[in-house]
Amino acid sequence: MRAILRIRRFNPEQDSKPYWGEYTLEDIQPTDRVLDLLNRVKWEQDGTLVYRRSCAHGICGSDGMRINGVNRLACKVLAKGLTDGDGDAHVQIEPMLGMKVLKDLIVDMEPFFAHYRAVLPYFVNDTPAPADGRERLQSPEDRAVFDDTTKCILCACCTTSCPSFWANGEYVGPAAIVQAHRFIFDSRDVAADKRLEVLAEPDGVWRCRTIFNCTNACPRDIEITRAIGEVKLATRRGAEKQREAMRKEHAK
Amino acid sequence: MQTHQYDAVIVGAGGAGLMAALYASRGVKVAVISKLYPTRSHTGAAQGGIGAALGNLEEDHPEWHAFDTVKGGDYLSDQDAALRLAEEAVSAVIELEHLGLPFDRTPDGRISQRRFGGHTSGFGGQPVRRACHAADRTGHMILQTLYQQCIKNDVMFFDEYHVIDLIRTANGVAGVVAVNIDDGELHVFHSKAVLFATGGWGRVWEITSNALTLTGDGTALTYRRGVPMQDMEFFQFHPTGLYPMGILITEAVRGEGGVLLNDRGERFMERYAPSIKDLASRDVVARAIYLEVREGRGIKGKRYVHLDVTPETVNRYLAEAGESRRITAEYVEEKLPDILDFTRTYLGVDPVKEPMPVQPTAHYGMGGIPTDLEGRVIMDAQRTPLPGLYAAGECACVSVHGANRLGTNSLTDLIVFGRAAGKHMVEYCANTGLESLPDDAGHEAEAGLEHIRQSSGSRKPYQIRSEMQQVMMDHVSVFRTAEGIQDALDKVRTLKDQWQNDLSIDDRGKRFNSDLLEAWELGCMLDIAEVTAVSALAREESRGAHSREDFPKRDDEKWMVHTLAYPTNDGGVRLNHDKKVDMTLAEKDPRFKPKERVY
Ligand SMILES: Cc1cc2nc3c(=O)[nH]c(=O)nc-3n(C[C@H](O)[C@H](O)[C@H](O)COP(=O)(O)OP(=O)(O)OC[C@H]3O[C@@H](n4cnc5c(N)ncnc54)[C@H](O)[C@@H]3O)c2cc1C
Ligand code: SF4
Ligand code: SF4
Ligand code: FES
Repeated sequence: MRAILRIRRFNPEQDSKPYWGEYTLEDIQPTDRVLDLLNRVKWEQDGTLVYRRSCAHGICGSDGMRINGVNRLACKVLAKGLTDGDGDAHVQIEPMLGMKVLKDLIVDMEPFFAHYRAVLPYFVNDTPAPADGRERLQSPEDRAVFDDTTKCILCACCTTSCPSFWANGEYVGPAAIVQAHRFIFDSRDVAADKRLEVLAEPDGVWRCRTIFNCTNACPRDIEITRAIGEVKLATRRGAEKQREAMRKEHAK
Repeated sequence: MQTHQYDAVIVGAGGAGLMAALYASRGVKVAVISKLYPTRSHTGAAQGGIGAALGNLEEDHPEWHAFDTVKGGDYLSDQDAALRLAEEAVSAVIELEHLGLPFDRTPDGRISQRRFGGHTSGFGGQPVRRACHAADRTGHMILQTLYQQCIKNDVMFFDEYHVIDLIRTANGVAGVVAVNIDDGELHVFHSKAVLFATGGWGRVWEITSNALTLTGDGTALTYRRGVPMQDMEFFQFHPTGLYPMGILITEAVRGEGGVLLNDRGERFMERYAPSIKDLASRDVVARAIYLEVREGRGIKGKRYVHLDVTPETVNRYLAEAGESRRITAEYVEEKLPDILDFTRTYLGVDPVKEPMPVQPTAHYGMGGIPTDLEGRVIMDAQRTPLPGLYAAGECACVSVHGANRLGTNSLTDLIVFGRAAGKHMVEYCANTGLESLPDDAGHEAEAGLEHIRQSSGSRKPYQIRSEMQQVMMDHVSVFRTAEGIQDALDKVRTLKDQWQNDLSIDDRGKRFNSDLLEAWELGCMLDIAEVTAVSALAREESRGAHSREDFPKRDDEKWMVHTLAYPTNDGGVRLNHDKKVDMTLAEKDPRFKPKERVY
């Protein structure tokens, strides 16, 4: 099988504006990941091509990029899914939208992490831990309520596919809300109200227009729009009541 | 060259680096330097669990955990380290829970635990549930939790800075040199103490579970500065990597009841480990798979076997064993969601309905930078510390894992010894002044990088790299012979020479020059491959992951010693075998004395 790649290139040390680089790879396997194709281009044809990568199996969140127009992890898309009628894989690769391109497929992640940090993405509980020196207890039902949002790998595929975020980069974006959700609904945590305050601000959850792009983009299959909806409800009725409702729903 | 000053500098932001940072940041001014964003570290890929004798589901004790660790390590583990690991595992895991880690729960709300290879009750008896887990993404949860807490504590992070040298002084250390990957500028981090937590080096082999970034940087660059590498001949091949790419399929699959089957549909582990079967320790299972394949019983004659966790198969074997437990498809979905996702995405195989193709995959370095129980780097068989230098996690060797690591003991190692090192650094910094920076700090590293940047030979990094990976896979993997290892060593030395004198890269720029940095990493891997081969050639016995076909027996008379490898002035490797294995436990309790390992 053959792969024909169009890759958005930009090197600020040389180029005044981005351009498309075209590359052809012979003898690829249908099960090759797009990341494998990028590696082959880089290693065999042009060492100046750059992109982020680490784990190569969808678990570290490094290689979020636009592949044939949608945000994906390059290590989770197989060549065989990108073939046209002619049997070749046709792959168009661009950096994620809405963030500054630093070089080729590498975007500036700093604003993304700033939004992440804004929602207090850490466990807070200053009450004394159990006197027997053991764990805080949590029922499997309480644990289940926020299971989905613990899967987030901060790849930014959701936030950079969100029209509300493209329109206004100040919007904290779906990834940060997912992270907040993970703590707001953890029965052991005590800072839910503080997070909800941040998220009730104008650049918080209400900028979400429920368009579902984020959910479609998430490589971890997190039900992001649903999570955002749950956070929206919690800003109205409080985390406690909302958690109770979610527990009942999970029990069904 | 910019200069920064901190009390302590931590290189690496995986589980070990972040745990150390959390502790160190409570007492001194710390910087964490990482070539990746912290959440991209490979700790996030760990699946199955973290070992601790909490006894939440059945009786368990740290002594049993220590016993399994020592036996699993084929008696090369330092027993004082194994004891420390097992004892502190309990408080360390509880501490993670207090930091917010969302473990799975038992019905009464405690941390849930499951079975894993080599975990037994009563000093080698029945399988015991010791692996604490959060679905099959335990490492992800550990990494996230620790990173979150570091943010809460305002730890200073230098993300995407690639450390390329350690600054040594007459007495100790004075910091590190790093490249800011974004703009290519060099930075000197001047500090009293330095900790390396740079992870493993599975990328030295062709088939591996390891990230593309696991190239052994810290272990190689400290070596170049005179620090030995310990026990490098012991590199673990995990029995179940997905065929053909090597992505890891956690031992938890077998912990939940999954079984290994050959082409005839036989559960072959019954022949190799009659009592504990598929849950024998990793070296045993990896060898069994190799032998099955070699004898023509690989699936369709190919180099893999089947791992079957379909409810039908699991329940049949549970019934045969007289266990009352039964599993369902929903149960498998709930306990192993990521595993199902991998096999469905990459192979179109649905493990709930059909078996998964698996093969041994290069997984974990038992050796590394030698340290003592406080995480201090030691320089010789007498355990003399190098003041100010620390190491923790996979790049280090305390040595708790000996000749073969038990599943879930790496995560425990990160937390227990990362914590110890972080604490000790605070103490050390309080009592020590800053060594002055040598005038030429960073110059050698800069020259080294420039040499690569300007290279215009005939060999591309990937050519050298893939030849190294191939020859290490062929000759220095699960089974070894003197002849094969020697071949590999000759080849690696040729490749090293090409790397030095005949390399060529494309990118001569400054910004995000990963062409350059990948070539630099290749240099680290070549050093590691060389030391691994030299160490493996010298050890004329079979122990744990080091299996010599020409010396099939373990030789306790001669080889109850650690290997220390030093660089020589003429570019070679010098070995020292004076460091004896610690026998603290065996001295008091005969059950810890070396004996034949049967499972
Ligand atoms: C797929 C998989 C599954 C596993 N499952 C389990 C399990 O269930 N239980 C278990 O106990 N163990 C498991 N392990 C083993 C365990 O996960 C690893 O040994 C452990 O996470 C290593 O952690 P670490 O902190 O030492 O390094 P890592 O998490 O690998 O982090 C290394 C850090 O060093 C940084 N770094 C490296 N080089 C440089 C440099 N030159 N300059 C700057 N920074 C640098 C990186 O950026 C990174 O932050 C698994 C391993 C794999 C590969
Ligand atoms: S659902 Fe909300 S957050 Fe998600 S893409 Fe749409 S607007 Fe953005
Ligand atoms: S929610 Fe999903 S898409 Fe968004 S950052 Fe997390 S893992 Fe990526
Ligand atoms: S490289 Fe880790 S998610 Fe793709």
